[in-house]
Amino acid sequence: MDIDKRICDDLVANDISFVTTVPCKQLAGVIDEVEKRPEIFHIPSNKEDEGMGLCAGAWMGGKRPMIIMQNTALGVTLNTLATLTQFYRMPLPMLISYRGELREPVACQVEMAVHTKALLAQMHIPTYHFHWQKDVEEFDNILKYTFMCNKPVAILTDANFWGGYGDQ
Amino acid sequence: MIRSEILKEIAPILRDQLVVCNIGIPSQELHAIDDQPTNFYMLGTMGLASSIGLGLALAQPKTVIVIDGDGSILTNMGTLPTIANNVADNYILMIIDNGSYGSTGDQPTYTGKKTSLAKVAEACGCENVIECKDVDTGEVLQKAIDSKKMHIIVVKCDSGNAKMPVITMDPVVIKHRFMEAVKA
Repeated sequence: MDIDKRICDDLVANDISFVTTVPCKQLAGVIDEVEKRPEIFHIPSNKEDEGMGLCAGAWMGGKRPMIIMQNTALGVTLNTLATLTQFYRMPLPMLISYRGELREPVACQVEMAVHTKALLAQMHIPTYHFHWQKDVEEFDNILKYTFMCNKPVAILTDANFWGGYGDQ
Repeated sequence: MIRSEILKEIAPILRDQLVVCNIGIPSQELHAIDDQPTNFYMLGTMGLASSIGLGLALAQPKTVIVIDGDGSILTNMGTLPTIANNVADNYILMIIDNGSYGSTGDQPTYTGKKTSLAKVAEACGCENVIECKDVDTGEVLQKAIDSKKMHIIVVKCDSGNAKMPVITMDPVVIKHRFMEAVKA
């Protein structure tokens, strides 16, 4: 299964046409695939809270948005999630690379990994964790759920899901 | 002129446009001067007015005017390269540059010292960057709207705030009526 294509097929099927990204090595393939899709406007952000602002505007302009980011940036987005996305009740699927989990080669990444689920739980953000490739089968349901409930929803995707981290 | 005097003067120009207004006293002032369903008031999230406005401009064809501040742009400086590289000709970023953090007690920002936001915007690749005096705001803004080209306007003005009530409207109501106005 080509995981990057599968994810983008689900985005297009759910009419998600505005995607902002801040890169991660694990996400390189899916970002390339987003860029290739004519149905999706891809706008790279310099920082994740900036990206969430872009998504809020796109939503109010009639587009379904999504952000692709790394879990290490969760800390810089907490205020935005609380005072913009949640306070105004806006939907936002967040496809997040879950660095610092199993098969992670860089020790420092673990330092944010141990806080990731706790922070998302504290923010009352519905959270899903993709560890096996077959977990992607839930992605379509998660997107539908996000736009049903008008909330930010996190999909954590670890190195095992992406098939390992380089040669490690 | 201080920000509230500028907003009073340009209120008739803003009335027919989609406006995304910066957090704190700027939104309180605009709300008190001329509340419109076409105004999106930020109640929190300092720094993101320019980003919300850009997303909105890229998603639909109507003109979007962002009323931002020097402090907020400094908080989210990464917004300027994103704006420069994703041109939306229905987008006008108006930075009311009073050289201070108005909502928190007028502490000075660096734009009142050595930093020029107009030069930063140009260095980031933004086109149609205009720095103007407070008294010229209305004329410059109207020309920018008529040109149908993306503009960054830096309005140099005095520091100070008008005393206006806090916005008590529910955020979901602000969003809902704004989205209805976008669709209308």
